[in-house]
Amino acid sequence: MPVKKGIKKVLVVGSGPIIIGQAAEFDYAGTQACRSLREEGLEVVLINSNPATIMTDANMADRIYIEPITPEFVTRIIEKEKPDGFLPSLGGQVGLNMALQLSELGVLEKYNVQLLGTPLDAIKRAEDRELFKSTMQRINEPVPESVIVCSVEEAVVFAKQIGFPLVVRPAYTLGGTGGGMVYNMDELVSTCTKGLKASIIHQALIERSLVGWKEIEFEVMRDSANNCITICSMENIDSMGVHTGDSVVVAPAQTLSDREYQMLRTAALKIIRALGVEGGCNVQYALDPNSYAYYVIEVNPRVSRSSALASKATGYPIAKVASKIAIGLNLDEIKNAVTGKTYACFEPSIDYTVIKFPRWPFDKFAMADRSLGTQMKATGEVMSIDRTLEGALLKAIRSLEIGVPGLIYPGLAELSQEEIEQKLTQPSDERLFVLAEALRRGMLFDHVFNLTKIDRFFIQKIYNVVQLENHLHRGCRTSLSAELLRKAKEMGMADAYLAQAVGIAANEVRALRKGYGIEPVYKMVDTCAAEFEAVTPYYYSCYDTEDEAKPTNNRKVVVVGGGPIRIGQGIEFDYCSVHSVWALKEMGYEAIIINNNPETVSTDFDTADRLYFEPLLPEDVINILEKEKPAGVIVQFGGQTPINLAEHIDKAGFNILGSSLDSIDRAEDRERFDDLVSRLDIPRPPGGTAFSLVHAEEIAGNIGFPVLVRPSYVLGGRAMEIVDNIDDLRNYMATAVKLTPEHPVLVDKYFLGEEIEVDAIADGETVLIPGIMKHVERAGVHSGDSIAVYPAYHLDRTVQEQIVDYTTKLALELDVRGMINIQYVLYNGQIYVIEVNPRASRTVPYMSKVTGIPMINLATKIIMGQKLKDLGYQGGLYPEGKLVGVKAPVFSFAKLLQVDISLGPEMKSTGEVLGVDASYPVALYKALLGSGVVFQRQGNILVTVADKDKEEMLPIIKGFSSLGYNIFATTGTACYLEKHGVTVTRVNKVREGSPDIADLLRQGDIHLVINTLTRGKAPERDGFVIRRAAVELAVPCLTSLDTARAILEVLGDIKEGPDFPLVPLQEYGTGY
Amino acid sequence: MKAFLALEDGTLFTGRSFGATGEQWGEVVFNTGMTGYQEILTDPSYCGQIVVMTYPLIGNYGINRDDFEAKKSFIKGFVVKEACGHPSNWRAGYRIGDFLAREGVPGISGVDTRALTRHLRSYGTMRGVIATGAVDTAQLVEKAKTCPYLSGQKLVADVAVKESYTIEGQGPRVILIDLGSKQNIIRKLKERDCAVIVVPPDITPGQIDQLAPDGVLISNGPGDPVDVPVTISTTRFIIGKYPLFGICLGNQVMALALGAKTYKMKFGHRGANHPVKDLRTGRVYITSHNHGFSVDEESLKGLDIEISHINLNDNTVEGIRHKHLPLFAVQYHPEASPGPQESDYIFDKFMDMMRGEGQ
Repeated sequence: MPVKKGIKKVLVVGSGPIIIGQAAEFDYAGTQACRSLREEGLEVVLINSNPATIMTDANMADRIYIEPITPEFVTRIIEKEKPDGFLPSLGGQVGLNMALQLSELGVLEKYNVQLLGTPLDAIKRAEDRELFKSTMQRINEPVPESVIVCSVEEAVVFAKQIGFPLVVRPAYTLGGTGGGMVYNMDELVSTCTKGLKASIIHQALIERSLVGWKEIEFEVMRDSANNCITICSMENIDSMGVHTGDSVVVAPAQTLSDREYQMLRTAALKIIRALGVEGGCNVQYALDPNSYAYYVIEVNPRVSRSSALASKATGYPIAKVASKIAIGLNLDEIKNAVTGKTYACFEPSIDYTVIKFPRWPFDKFAMADRSLGTQMKATGEVMSIDRTLEGALLKAIRSLEIGVPGLIYPGLAELSQEEIEQKLTQPSDERLFVLAEALRRGMLFDHVFNLTKIDRFFIQKIYNVVQLENHLHRGCRTSLSAELLRKAKEMGMADAYLAQAVGIAANEVRALRKGYGIEPVYKMVDTCAAEFEAVTPYYYSCYDTEDEAKPTNNRKVVVVGGGPIRIGQGIEFDYCSVHSVWALKEMGYEAIIINNNPETVSTDFDTADRLYFEPLLPEDVINILEKEKPAGVIVQFGGQTPINLAEHIDKAGFNILGSSLDSIDRAEDRERFDDLVSRLDIPRPPGGTAFSLVHAEEIAGNIGFPVLVRPSYVLGGRAMEIVDNIDDLRNYMATAVKLTPEHPVLVDKYFLGEEIEVDAIADGETVLIPGIMKHVERAGVHSGDSIAVYPAYHLDRTVQEQIVDYTTKLALELDVRGMINIQYVLYNGQIYVIEVNPRASRTVPYMSKVTGIPMINLATKIIMGQKLKDLGYQGGLYPEGKLVGVKAPVFSFAKLLQVDISLGPEMKSTGEVLGVDASYPVALYKALLGSGVVFQRQGNILVTVADKDKEEMLPIIKGFSSLGYNIFATTGTACYLEKHGVTVTRVNKVREGSPDIADLLRQGDIHLVINTLTRGKAPERDGFVIRRAAVELAVPCLTSLDTARAILEVLGDIKEGPDFPLVPLQEYGTGY
Repeated sequence: MKAFLALEDGTLFTGRSFGATGEQWGEVVFNTGMTGYQEILTDPSYCGQIVVMTYPLIGNYGINRDDFEAKKSFIKGFVVKEACGHPSNWRAGYRIGDFLAREGVPGISGVDTRALTRHLRSYGTMRGVIATGAVDTAQLVEKAKTCPYLSGQKLVADVAVKESYTIEGQGPRVILIDLGSKQNIIRKLKERDCAVIVVPPDITPGQIDQLAPDGVLISNGPGDPVDVPVTISTTRFIIGKYPLFGICLGNQVMALALGAKTYKMKFGHRGANHPVKDLRTGRVYITSHNHGFSVDEESLKGLDIEISHINLNDNTVEGIRHKHLPLFAVQYHPEASPGPQESDYIFDKFMDMMRGEGQ
């Protein structure tokens, strides 16, 4: 069947900013979709508010709109572009919601736009709880029994029908409190009573509990001719109860006999047919570990995180095929890209095991609740492949970059038996390590199973590793015999892990291993278990015998990717890695990429000439380098991960291309950096390096408070704080950092000035500055959490010239070849340099798009020896365009309980959006809208600010008041405002009596909260309670007066029902 | 204990012994199924073969009471990357190693099964010898070179029933000519309440007439189809007389009886992921396969036979149908076990055919 009639132009919707639960996988899916549609000769129009994506690159679609993904904006794009078809199912939940909303509004009908892919009623059947239930009942597929109750009596009636255990989930509670598992009537009555009280709408869901059941997933595809295939089965190592996004997952399913497997496969086919999905879909089951009983838990009628994983795990390009199905092709008409010969209508067979391990942000959020349950908390994930399950698991663990080379986790050996048992019962990010510790202590499998409900099969696998650990003796190098070492390597144990167990250096293990001739081989991921010859250059390592990845004689360059998405190292670095690979290919090099993130475009098998899906640790990377012998390695595009590898790569005798190791060190080493800036006569905030508390106090005493303190070598502002006094400094030194001679603490003067950021490209002679960005929030808010504006507004010409001058000097002095990012603070008319990173930064995709300069392409060419002049660029500041680009951060606070949302020097955002317009307020409006801020034209604003901020607050609140907003404030703030002539409604602080602030928020009476915090980690409970209540009730909460001022500006400038021009990316350069 | 697999072209794989000890020769083939090893081990069609599993972790869910396709295992040897010594599944009764030991099947683990599979894919199925303990490997290669080919071995006689037996049922009377039938074919007929009379391969047309069946099913089985001439000639006699249905070897036997030819494939189809297109409906089914021979498409030209199913991977014939007479057959395994269950409808078609419908 050919492409559907009348379809020539298709609108694809992306998923918007990265948040927990909706991450880079949709860039991968969207990119595949755009390519796949264009392959069929269709014109593609794209909307996505996220500039850090490959899919929003000019060459990905014919027209790209980086605009807020709201029904209004999408409608306007439909009006303007008049597409024939609308493809929502590659844009995650955002895409599906858009399809539902646009159809309800009648937009699709009005403009005669055909919904492509899964039909609307199928989406509803899967998404609507009741419809889903009735559809499943019709085809005799069991769903867990549940009921929504408003009284304890109703719950009791239900329990009498169904039995126990049950789960009580109160609707809309703060902090997710009030629910839980119940095993008998008494517990039900007590939990339900509490839960209903906690629920804002006095409602609770009572559901059959399936805790302890196996969680199994199937990825299924169906075309419009009703052909169905399953791509992959997956088994969660954590049993039911932990969100699949937070579970360690293995593919294929390991503990199912063919009979059980086929039972669930058959059901999956039945379900996808009953729903009528056209494209990809994910079916989740709970399977009784003791019988054939199962329940259908959830169906996602779209491409999901699991499909990205299934795609990378099998090599089957699900998103690409789903897009082709959406435009009318059938599975048996779509060529299999892996073999190049057969068709997409087959089921992958794999001959390895795959592990997906979630990457949680708990290293950044020390206060966060680490327990895992039904709310996903991971920001990203890693995947690993090996011929053994132990190997895949251990590779995954070290890919997380949490400083743990294996199953030995710091602090666990000191735990008491009771603590171990307690930690086994409660799923958390540490549980697998605790399990290993329990086995090390001799805990019986049955007991481990009873506490964790993790299948004995997986317990055994972990035990195999622990048992091998037992053969290694501390300080006894001879315990590492050739035989044992080979066995350990087959199980995926890193040299560093063995070194840790034996108590010697990792390079000693490496030498020993090489001496024994134990080297990894590389095998291909080919979807067919070697049955057919495949053309996918997609490899993984293992300690088996045959090596399939024969190196070529081409001139090749290795690009080291960024690993898992985490706060501080997001999708931007995948964008950079992919662009570098493309530039290398353009130059005729063989581009090799090493990465381990299954959600990304960089790990698509057709991005680079060769893909190695491997941990980004010295051992694993150097093994590949030794095999490939590349001309060099590029480390400046994958964020801090490859930078951390640079020294190892250099020591192993490989060439770091671009800025040298020495340049990196001069920028990162405090002493050397101080020398550098003083030589160049560039001012920087005074400060010093402290090796002890006394030393830190001395430095602070000299420069005066407030000071910014942080450990040396940081990523994304980890453990960085602004401290106002000596007590806070002592407290910080005692709790936040571990001082060692190798890891001193940096103490710097903190200037509350304007923050300015620059990305530049340098070739040793010329320094090109694509643009200067200014942050809306002043210094003290991490640059990743600030709203950034390009071109920098209200910036003095002399200041601008000074920035260009400093940037040029720094780049030349550091002999930067490629990218450099510099942050400045403007304080009392003086520019200070605060940070220099000789690598690509998170603003590169944003700046590349807004300025139209292909920054990574140029940087890569320079790295390979070309000059800016020859590439047609001059030095200095690139002329500003007519458009303003505003980048706004996006947070995932609603998913992370106990995390304080106030902005500070530690980065907290997970994603970003871009707003573009000729005017600054409109660009800012678009950015804020895209980031999820809902602008109420009228309503109530709650203000409660620290004393130090009151003066600054006044004009802002006056402004809001004059726009007609009602101001609510707590006593202190209210007094101040009233004194200055602002009409205020006073509200009670928490515990001052009802109704207090929390009550008002709960009642939905407040539409915006402005709250600044009294600095320091002192309890400051009220503020915390207010901020958490706001975030959980989805009321916008501003913790920086700068952001509040910006919003006031937007609200004041933007008139009712404005008709903003829509600017496609392709027209940014022309000033439209 | 060490174990070895020597191939006739001199390639040698070394691993660890599990299951039975000793030495066995056979044709070395690979199966790409990720589950279903118990069914594979007891599928009589593997008689005379050494089976390599491409999925590296085998034995995870143990051996249970229910998933047998025959009372015993007929395979000559079993080759895996890793044999699970600690299975975990609610039905697991035994470890795979213990089962193989009991059945006298030598197993070898620790083999780079992907390398072995790539070898077989490139050079085709070949003979091999599996041996455990201290052996002269050069001699093993020699044995692999001189051991009998699969064709000509008359393996059907080793696996088929010697005496007829009947399974009662209220529905149509089906004669199952047993060339090494999987139990699930019988289960599928029982599910449809058929009375099944399982008969040996050397049943005569006269004996069939005496049993007055409503239909005849020729089962799967091991080896080269030309090695069952008696069944082929019997089939020739009953074509058109009774509704006829063939599975796998049964399909080949029917094709030969109708005057077509079969040929040995380079490395065959063994797995649970093969796409087969039903040419009448255009629908594609993912199917279970186990065959090293195939019906020659060219040889069907001029006969009153149409191709009903083809394999989408290599376009080989996967099903035939007589243009006028009640006869059809499939090369793959609609009874699944192991593998996808979606071709169950093929048995319904047989039921329809016996009722005089569908053709």
